[in-house]
Amino acid sequence: MQPTPHDDPHTHESHHAELGFWRKYIFSTDHKIIGLQYGITALLFMFFGFCLMMMMRWQLAYPGKALPVVGTWLYHLLGPEMVGKDAAGHVGVIMPDLYNSFGAMHGTIMVFLAIVPLAFGAFGNFVTPLQIGAPDMAFPRVNMASYQFYFLGGVIMFASFFIPGGAAQSGWTSYSPLATVTNDAQHPNGQTFWIFGMVCLINSSLLGAVNFITTIIQLRAKGLNWMRMPFFVWAQFVTAFLLLLAFPPLEAASVLQLMDNLLHTSFFLPTGLMVSGQPLHISGGGSPLLWQHLFWFLGHPEVYVLILPAMGIVTEIIANNTRKPIWGYRSMVYSVMVIGFLSFIVWAHHMYLTGMGTRIATFFQTTTMMISIPSVIILTALFISLWGASIRINTPMLFALGFLPMFGIGGLTGLPLGFNASDIQLHDTYYVIAHFHYIVAPGTIFALFAGIYFWYPKMTGRFMNEFWGKVHFGLSFLFMNLLFMPMFVQGLEGMSRRMYDGAATYAESGGVVGLSKYIVGLNVPISHAAWALGLAQIPFIINFFYSIKHGRKTGSDNPWEATTLDWQTPTPPPHGNFDKPVEVFRGPYEYSVPNPRRDFIPQNEPSQPEPLTHGNPVRS
Amino acid sequence: MEIPYAVKPRPDTGLYNAKLGIWLFLASEVMLFGALFSSYILLRVNAEEGTWPHHWLNIWLGMTNTFVLILSSVTVVLGWAALKMNQFKRYKLYQGITILCALVFLCIKSFEYRDKFMHYEVHLKDGRIADGHKQPESTDKVLVLEGRYVASHAELMEGEVHHEAEPRIEIPRDQIASMENYGPWHNTYTAIYFTLTGLHALHVIGGAIVIFAIWGPLAKVWEQDPERYTNRVEVSGLFWHFVDLVWIFLFPVLYLL
Repeated sequence: MQPTPHDDPHTHESHHAELGFWRKYIFSTDHKIIGLQYGITALLFMFFGFCLMMMMRWQLAYPGKALPVVGTWLYHLLGPEMVGKDAAGHVGVIMPDLYNSFGAMHGTIMVFLAIVPLAFGAFGNFVTPLQIGAPDMAFPRVNMASYQFYFLGGVIMFASFFIPGGAAQSGWTSYSPLATVTNDAQHPNGQTFWIFGMVCLINSSLLGAVNFITTIIQLRAKGLNWMRMPFFVWAQFVTAFLLLLAFPPLEAASVLQLMDNLLHTSFFLPTGLMVSGQPLHISGGGSPLLWQHLFWFLGHPEVYVLILPAMGIVTEIIANNTRKPIWGYRSMVYSVMVIGFLSFIVWAHHMYLTGMGTRIATFFQTTTMMISIPSVIILTALFISLWGASIRINTPMLFALGFLPMFGIGGLTGLPLGFNASDIQLHDTYYVIAHFHYIVAPGTIFALFAGIYFWYPKMTGRFMNEFWGKVHFGLSFLFMNLLFMPMFVQGLEGMSRRMYDGAATYAESGGVVGLSKYIVGLNVPISHAAWALGLAQIPFIINFFYSIKHGRKTGSDNPWEATTLDWQTPTPPPHGNFDKPVEVFRGPYEYSVPNPRRDFIPQNEPSQPEPLTHGNPVRS
Repeated sequence: MEIPYAVKPRPDTGLYNAKLGIWLFLASEVMLFGALFSSYILLRVNAEEGTWPHHWLNIWLGMTNTFVLILSSVTVVLGWAALKMNQFKRYKLYQGITILCALVFLCIKSFEYRDKFMHYEVHLKDGRIADGHKQPESTDKVLVLEGRYVASHAELMEGEVHHEAEPRIEIPRDQIASMENYGPWHNTYTAIYFTLTGLHALHVIGGAIVIFAIWGPLAKVWEQDPERYTNRVEVSGLFWHFVDLVWIFLFPVLYLL
């Protein structure tokens, strides 16, 4: 093989020297840099959203007591209306309005500013073009605009904490009329900021989705036909369609709610609406249920936006570390398509309690049960892929293995919520919280951690520390379960998810609302587990930054001995990704091949293997 | 580094990137307006008997605007076809007409908006209801309307079909219990009317700006890379057709039904 000019590291240097710091890192059009921008911003927001939750857990475990240390900071930041004094006179009690803000913004931030940007924006951007053998996304400047919209939306959401009246308080679902009448004297209020922030985030997702679909359809390398695409790319492809088609109705709903809030229309406000005993001066005639339909039309596909990229990441890692082809790749591909389609017709299972009628409820109950079938097919295929494998246990694989049972628990506990009879008991209790957190926290977030540990060597040329990675996994796994498992018990006992004092008011009180002291008391160990989970992330944070400069060098472009195209590039991949045009000759998971040299064949390797000396060249 | 299929179509899909991109974007736009039209249907079906107004808009103005947009759709295609036949001057003419049509549409629309904002429903302290357009002679003391007294609020729901020339009525301000113009806050119909047409008008403005930018400031691309330029015209034209199509639905829904 003749060395091409690109193989010389010095030409890379000079090529990149043309771009200054701002063009290269801040206003970059390179999909890998944009992926990293998404990733870092999303990780920061995830940490921020987690901090909100840790403060809420204090109020739930020790209602009315001042938050130590942080409470004083909060007081100075947000003022006496938001942070009060406890019985002993200590400053730092989270007031009800602030608690509601934290709750609403924890949900909003985690879903729209942390998980989706990390799963879709970061991993999708970094990995997808590499895996399909493309030099970049189809529209690099649109890609940059997509990140900038996301960043702007994040800034607006973050800034809303510091305006008079504080951030949005009506839950991440922003149900009307609550969202319209809350803090109505103050305009623009937190809800206005929430809507503008959401519009930015929706536009960001739409631009991203158009870009991803176009890229995957148009820029696949020669020979990479649809059934040769890695499952990760399939998952991103379906996710992009969900974002493209499900988000616009929420944009429409946001516009309508903005009209309600600022121009005093009545899209979601019914005739004769009373607030605090006073009739509201509005024209009326609107429908609160309309908001719920529009919101959940996005809301349910959004759940699959959270989970599908995670399944994609886990599939790549499992294939790589079991050293076997994925069992039932085609079934998984068809399943992910069926999930994508069905996810558009299940939304009203969030609304069984609205009295929409048994026939409609039966329809949505049926579709909800149907969508569990393809999800189970994917999970089963991944489990069976483990069968008989000689598994390489490393940190990414541990997180991927952790994902499987955790997502299983989350998925199976969702079934009682999908049946409308049992949902009536469980609706709005801690059972729901436990269910979807099992899906997203030890489910999706574990998959995202797995992805970070897995692709880190491609991004930096160095491994993250294995030992601290395993510590991070072990502790996270333990505390995730200690955190969320007791919530199932609380929920089954009927504890509502929205109580400011963690249901202390109802402890031991008589009648139907009575909760036992034991159930309410579970709040304390749950909170301890939450804070311990926070501490368990410290090894990850240090490991992440320390390894950039000091991690063990990979010594190869393909340190995991993977088959997919993302590992057949220089490390880190230069602008334009590949040294020479890529051609694909085989499916994505050709592991365990009978070959004396090595047990895998990369996708871009021709049928006649090259002589030993030329395979898989090592670059420093 | 060059992105493949940025100008030439990919053989197996038959599309260049931007053409696929704009179709996907239009799919999301269909969902956006689809959600708003669904909201319209739901609100209207749920409206109490006799509260949904009819004939509040001038059908002739709406019809004129419909034909203006249809004309612009035709000239957009003719402009693109002229480029395909390498006739840049004819393209300039046709696409110039398109931009002119957009401006005419927006002028008529803003005239209609102004009419609604000047239109007041006035409840007097003695229980009478006056309805009409506020006149510039109105002062702090007297409100001058070109309109009429109606028997009930329900009578207003049938619109302006039953009467022709409207007399001038003067109402002392101190006799007014409440007054409200026909802005978005007036009732559910005006709310959805302003939201749908406002969002559509934003699309018209956006589309017109892009078409103008390609037509004017970016016209030199034609000399450097005619194929890329023609693609740009095609993509902006596809968006323009969608904007016209939305209006084809808006007109009967808001003006006729």
